Amino acid sequence: MRIAGHRLSLAAQIGLLVVVANILAALLAPWIAPYTQTQQVGGVWLAPGEGGFLLGTDQLGRDMLSRMLYGARTSIGIALTCTILSFTLGSVLGFLAAVVGGWLDQILSRIVDTLMAIPVLILALLVLSALGASIPVLIGVIAILDSTRVFRLSRAVGMDIAVMEYVEAARLRGEGLWWIIRREILPNALPPLIAEFGLRFCFAFLLISSLSFLGLGVQPPFADWGGMVRDNAQAMEFGIVAPLIPAAAIGILTIGVNLVVDWMLGLQGRTMEDSR
Amino acid sequence: MLFSLVAKRLALGLLTLWLVSLLIFAITEILPGDVATAILGQSATPETVAAIRRQLGLDEPAWWRYLQWLGGALQGDFGVSLANQREVAPQIAGRLQNTLFLASVAAVVAVPLAVGLGLLAAIRQNSLLDRGISISTLAAISVPEFFIAYVLIFFLAVQAGWFPSMARFDPRMGFFEQLYVIALPAATLVLVVLAHMMRMTRATVLNVMAQPFVEMAELKGVPKWRIVVFHALPNALAPIINVVALNLAYLVVGVIVVEVVFVYPGLGQFMVDAVARRDIPTVQACGLIFGAVYVGLNMLADLGAILANPRLRHPR
Amino acid sequence: MSDAPTAAGGPAAAKDDAPLLTMRGLRVEATGWDGSPIVIVVDVDLELQRGQVLGLIGESGAGKSTIALAAMGYTRGGARITGGEILFDGLNIRELPFHTRRRLRGDRIAYVAQSAAASFNPAKRLMDQIVESPVLHGVMSEAEARERALDLFHRLQVPDPETFGLRYPHQVSGGQLQRAMTAMAMVCCPDVLILDEPTTALDVTTQIEVLAAVRDVLRDFGTAGLYITHDLAVVAQISDRIMVLQHGRKVEEGEARQILEEPREAYTRDLVAARRFHVKPGEGESTTPNPLLQVEGVEASYGAVRVLHGVDVEVHPRETVAVVGESGSGKSTLARVVTGLLPPGSGTVRFEGEALPPALAGRSRDQLRRIQMIYQMPDVALNPRHRVFDTLARPLQFYRGLRGTALREAVHALLDDIEMGGDYARRFPGELSGGQKQRVCIARALAAEPDLIICDEPTSALDQLVAEAILKLLQRLQDERGLAYLFITHDLGLVKAIADRVVVMKNGEVVQQGPKKQVFTPPAHPYTELLLASVPEMRVDWLDDVLRTRAGKELAER
Repeated sequence: MRIAGHRLSLAAQIGLLVVVANILAALLAPWIAPYTQTQQVGGVWLAPGEGGFLLGTDQLGRDMLSRMLYGARTSIGIALTCTILSFTLGSVLGFLAAVVGGWLDQILSRIVDTLMAIPVLILALLVLSALGASIPVLIGVIAILDSTRVFRLSRAVGMDIAVMEYVEAARLRGEGLWWIIRREILPNALPPLIAEFGLRFCFAFLLISSLSFLGLGVQPPFADWGGMVRDNAQAMEFGIVAPLIPAAAIGILTIGVNLVVDWMLGLQGRTMEDSR
Repeated sequence: MLFSLVAKRLALGLLTLWLVSLLIFAITEILPGDVATAILGQSATPETVAAIRRQLGLDEPAWWRYLQWLGGALQGDFGVSLANQREVAPQIAGRLQNTLFLASVAAVVAVPLAVGLGLLAAIRQNSLLDRGISISTLAAISVPEFFIAYVLIFFLAVQAGWFPSMARFDPRMGFFEQLYVIALPAATLVLVVLAHMMRMTRATVLNVMAQPFVEMAELKGVPKWRIVVFHALPNALAPIINVVALNLAYLVVGVIVVEVVFVYPGLGQFMVDAVARRDIPTVQACGLIFGAVYVGLNMLADLGAILANPRLRHPR
Repeated sequence: MSDAPTAAGGPAAAKDDAPLLTMRGLRVEATGWDGSPIVIVVDVDLELQRGQVLGLIGESGAGKSTIALAAMGYTRGGARITGGEILFDGLNIRELPFHTRRRLRGDRIAYVAQSAAASFNPAKRLMDQIVESPVLHGVMSEAEARERALDLFHRLQVPDPETFGLRYPHQVSGGQLQRAMTAMAMVCCPDVLILDEPTTALDVTTQIEVLAAVRDVLRDFGTAGLYITHDLAVVAQISDRIMVLQHGRKVEEGEARQILEEPREAYTRDLVAARRFHVKPGEGESTTPNPLLQVEGVEASYGAVRVLHGVDVEVHPRETVAVVGESGSGKSTLARVVTGLLPPGSGTVRFEGEALPPALAGRSRDQLRRIQMIYQMPDVALNPRHRVFDTLARPLQFYRGLRGTALREAVHALLDDIEMGGDYARRFPGELSGGQKQRVCIARALAAEPDLIICDEPTSALDQLVAEAILKLLQRLQDERGLAYLFITHDLGLVKAIADRVVVMKNGEVVQQGPKKQVFTPPAHPYTELLLASVPEMRVDWLDDVLRTRAGKELAER
């Protein structure tokens, strides 16, 4: 299988399959879910397959499959929103810092360094303790904190490209700043940026799931996978796999995205470790 | 030359710590969410809100409150918890010790394993072992910590019954009993950190092995093992130290989720509870401690890299 | 007593008249990106006698290093030796077990790399790395090895030989490192020394010393040598025989003198002639009195470091002014000042009499249009995501406002000018060769219809024959369009061939300037003479002459 002329490895194909399946599940949830999120349909904690429920039921007797499908919308939707926001903010500022340099670069870099000085989870917890957990707050916090990493990457990529002679040739012509960013830098920055988008999505996705798991993320009755793990956690004691299902789903999607990103980075001659 | 670099890095670390403290304070105190209203909840009237604010000293200017808080923190006084009206510092002390214990055990197991396996994978690049390691570590860094935790619980605690599923930890227990109780949470942390560290070690060593002086050694007829030990390793030392310290920072984050899963009486779980209750002084204190550890580890990483760099150790 | 492998069933030394190294029908292959096999070396025969130096010459990709490394049974980057026979002193290299082959390396066949800086371990002292090989192979004890290294240090004329070995690689200069690497290779008294472009990365003046030192050491110890280079003049100084390679095949082989003076094959003739590129016919002063470009008293710095000190340069219309100097002379900085990328601290740059605003931002579009630039590395001078059409169309749009059909026709006219067909317009730089990319860069500069083009080492990164073609193109364009060139280079041979006026720079100052004939006729400034003398000429005895002249001068000064 080929994309833009490049052959996909087996791992990348698997990853792509996983990602596409998840996106479809999220988009089509209202039409393919057998029940709604809140319908109580059976006994508590039925095992997968029992009573005709493909994934069993949760702690309130709701269909796990339906909850999972709707949860996909919430989890993926929030993570995607965060990533798009953080990406826009981070890359614009990053390129500006790279091309303009000088005091703008210094100020932005200092701010970003400070924001990156402590882990995102800690900062997120701090903000949530002050503002309370609500979806807009979650999205805002994660978007701003994540944009710092995107800033770092775009700045580095921008600076790598800005020293190329073809950029200098454009400057010598008298081209304006935005023309240079748009036509000279951006097309060459796309490959690492696209890979970074995937990584940022995983990060936001895992962070939201973790926050929901801690009870500080998406609040009931909305279903997001992290929250579902938390809700069903007690089933563990009885040897019931209920919490493992949403937890596994989180892991599977992330693995899928990482496989594709790994392949993309391989094409560019880089590894995931370079972007830390 | 070397001394001035080290001194600069230390100074930068202290500056960062100070900025971090500013950041923590700013987020929790100056954001629109009003603490007084949050505490009172339903029963908030303008008078009661004003009274509480006076009581908590919230009507003082922000910079003054910051200095008071910072000054107190440096002396070990983190104020009074909003939840239970007791001093924060003593409550934290015991929890901090527990968390450090758990994290240390995980670190001691993870670091040698990670460096060793990473080295092995790099030396036998593209072998079956290397590919296997690549795939499994990719999976491990992708899944959330609580997934690994619950899988371990499911198979080792519930099904096999070898370990307890909740870490009923007490510092007064004997050392080996303590180890037994924290076995699963420590294992979870180890798996998380191991994966990251192993990948980065492998990448670093591969990087060093690709350098021309390694080929030169081959062309001199030096056997492979000697090349790895005497040529590659001394040059990989600085970046590996860097990698290890950076990844230990992952422990800071991972420990929070792990403590919640296993109900371990550590600082992470304490902080999460405090956030849920919006107990600002406690949250600030925990945030400051975690932040300080993280900054400290990053600084150690940089210092290690500086000290292990042969060019800096022997200047012109 | 060495336990290095020798031919089985015979005395330790092979017969003196049998060749030391023989290769018959050597074939080396690698695998491409998509799995298809790429042939690097095809059917090459080679014979090397004891104590003889064989020069391997060819352009990049000819397979020179691959062949030499095959003598050790070593291949780089996933390549494999797939055919032919390699006999070293009676040993069949391809059939030896790996550890025996490894035993030979460093002991009986040694390698000197192109970049000494990259080939030394930065974490270990020089002496430790030098004695590593002999001690490891059991050839001599560590004390003996150290003594031998010291002896080599003296012979190679390294500064402070006694303490030299105690240093770390980064504490020592490029030329000294290259000598250290030669010492490291010679310490085991190898039978064959492989020298892979050892002087290419060095300044011209250092090159001579290293070349002479290497030649003496080889002669003193009777070591055979495989000298790899792309520079025919250099290889002639040190080799007894020369083998010419192209695309992995042997083109010609013979005695050094014969190859230089009576080459048989067309390709060899081209290589020899490339160095003797036709001298520019018009050698007189320019006819127009008014200079196009005047650089007056320019001083420039990077931060706190002063790079240019009071530089004056003039360029007249239709003439080529060559700015020549070694690395660090400030010639590229001069270009940046003229284009406005680096505003000077003091002094002015005038174009047609008018002072140009010092910084890029202050200049008008027309001012920018009339001075264009071409760069050294065509790989990074073209945006890899823009097709040739896009690259050429932009200046046409930007400066001349062309659109639609007029634009397309102009682009094709430019392609004709640079001798490339219309179907190149759709290609990306990645699909072009180095020479083609440079042509596109030239076309991009032409699109603006400039008066002056600054050429910053445009042929240094290209193979000799390709470079010659580019220079011919530039010459033709100058004649047709009346362009002036400010040509920056470190290659004096090039300057002799193409310049009308010459500016010699050293350490940010203009040391000498004037019409070419005047500058190069003695008596010239001592630095100019030094530079002139360091350009290897295509004569076998050139190096000896230079050394003799130097020794004579030193004697005279006593």
